[in-house]
Amino acid sequence: MSDATSGPTSAREAVLARVRAALAEATPADPPARAYGHGAAVADVPALFAERVADYRATVVRVAPSGVAVAVAEAIEGADSVVVPDGLPEEWLPAGLQVVHDESLDATALDRVAAVVTGSTVGIAVTGTIVLDHGPGQGRRALSLVPDLHVCVVREADLVADVPEAVSRLVGSVTAGRPLTWISGPSATSDIELERVEGVHGPRTLHVVLVGG
Amino acid sequence: MSATFVGMPAFPTAAREALGNAQQRRNLRHATHTIRDKRARVVAEVDDWEELRVAGAAIKDHVLTHLDTYLEQLEESLTRAGATVHWASDAAEANRIVVDLVRATGSQEVVKVKSMATQEIELNEALEAAGIDAWETDLAELIVQLGHDRPSHILVPAIHRNRAEIREIFLREMGAVGEPAPAGLTSEPRELAEAARTHLREKFLRAKVAISGANFAVAETGTLVVVESEGNGRMCLTLPETLISVVGIEKVLPTVADLEVMLQLLPRSSTGERMNPYTSMWTGVTPGDGPQDVHVVLLDNGRTSALADDLDRQALRCIRCSACLNVCPVYERVGGHAYGSVYPGPIGAVLNPLIRGTSSAVDKSLPYASSLCGACFDACPVRIQIPDLLVRLRTRVVDEKRGGLPSGEEIAMKGMAWVLGDADRLERAQKGSELGGRLLRRRTSLGRLPGPLSAWTDARDAPTPPEETFRTWWKRERG
Repeated sequence: MSDATSGPTSAREAVLARVRAALAEATPADPPARAYGHGAAVADVPALFAERVADYRATVVRVAPSGVAVAVAEAIEGADSVVVPDGLPEEWLPAGLQVVHDESLDATALDRVAAVVTGSTVGIAVTGTIVLDHGPGQGRRALSLVPDLHVCVVREADLVADVPEAVSRLVGSVTAGRPLTWISGPSATSDIELERVEGVHGPRTLHVVLVGG
Repeated sequence: MSATFVGMPAFPTAAREALGNAQQRRNLRHATHTIRDKRARVVAEVDDWEELRVAGAAIKDHVLTHLDTYLEQLEESLTRAGATVHWASDAAEANRIVVDLVRATGSQEVVKVKSMATQEIELNEALEAAGIDAWETDLAELIVQLGHDRPSHILVPAIHRNRAEIREIFLREMGAVGEPAPAGLTSEPRELAEAARTHLREKFLRAKVAISGANFAVAETGTLVVVESEGNGRMCLTLPETLISVVGIEKVLPTVADLEVMLQLLPRSSTGERMNPYTSMWTGVTPGDGPQDVHVVLLDNGRTSALADDLDRQALRCIRCSACLNVCPVYERVGGHAYGSVYPGPIGAVLNPLIRGTSSAVDKSLPYASSLCGACFDACPVRIQIPDLLVRLRTRVVDEKRGGLPSGEEIAMKGMAWVLGDADRLERAQKGSELGGRLLRRRTSLGRLPGPLSAWTDARDAPTPPEETFRTWWKRERG
């Protein structure tokens, strides 16, 4: 079917023609009869979220809104440099903390930064997942990827029970063209004898600050 | 069509060799049992699992029977989002498109996210022939690449290697292509992962071009989805300037909402986790974030051959989770290499003959690489009737052979049909086998039979005939 002398249009037409020829006699199947947006019922969403995030060997602390800065200070203790995205609430950071502001640092410069503090868009209790849509306070994707410690602040108001509710909430971000990053624990691999090792290329430490109220 | 692995023999020959490798059998048994137990635990947590499987199958069937509409919608959405869409009828066309795109950037190297589609089309070989270095960045793919080896599992391609073998490969090979492994490297998985991190980091930081596949492509928005664990995917999808994604045409989903089904089915079936560590979704170009030059290559390469028939089409529902490999008694014993393809195991035994055809010895033999026990169907998150497909493909392989000189097997089967067609003939034949049974009293199986009969016994343990048949026993006791 391939023809070196033909342009991309003809490859497109060739593939679509084969698809149509194959489907000429096929019975069209209906979309599933499904009530989208409804997952498992969960009694205590914040408690389950905290438990499931911790299952991935991430650190989770639960604090009142007034306690975020202290929790962040504890999380970044020992990190010699911290980068933050634009739009991160000032009150989340310890007073007087020297931070690097993200002014399109290149990858090599970002690799020399020890920690990053970001917010998040949605948290999913059943799977212990945090989703970033990289809006204000969350930074571009590289920011929460290259530094080895990711401190992520999650508001209880942004928690949902299960994956279907999360997808419903995120449809707006996707149609607006925003990228999404779903994070379930620190970077991990099971490629060697199926033994799980936390920490390969992404942040080796994930520290979640869950804010109540 | 993609080639089979070069010089690949038929399944029974390759399986015999694999079965003789005791180390590999131990590695595989350990790995498949570990992962199938993990899967069973997390699947049991989901109350509506069967409902999700049915929905997953229905979404895929709907897309596949409207594939032309959804492909055109996907193309339009991607283009609107700033991506450039390319179409490829076959592997050669896809490889040519990718090589040309990489050349246009001026880069001599690419970083790669683990991708079944690019393995299927042998893209790395095409890049190498064009003088472009392709660095695999998934840990298992790195082990396979550095070991000059072939993948043997869809999810964990180095499943046939143990930690000691991996340590040796890293110490021997890493230095030749970049940051060497530390001299004091032990075989602790944590240290091996650390060595991979250090080795690949310099490549991530300098790479200008990345190549990926996609687990899903959403038609309504043009969003591509990559599901992974290590963060190598995020590195490739985020840091380079140019991103080229090779996507099989069967990967389309109609809407973002459909991801609620797939993102529950895939991680639990694949790695046996509630959710995989990282999932990336991107929609064309995002100003100021990630690659600004984004290309998507839509790949047919034989997929449309499986699209017409209702049963064949089920194979295109596959979301490459590998749950069927981990529960298969045949895969567990022979491993992935014997299947002669990047798609091994039960799904490979149907997918390869369907998309490559049955002209090679290995593709002809794959439909027989199964005991038809049905464990693969039970584990499949999109309910592909793999056993039914295998039986259908066996019929097709036999039908394609009709008309020529009859084989020994056909003559034997014809003779058998004649014997079984008449009670007296069967009784006389069984008298003969009772005599054989008495002669072979001390053995439980026949072992290798001589001459043309060896074709049957080479791949099967034929039991010795009983000293007394059921008919004789019945006559003696009740007659």
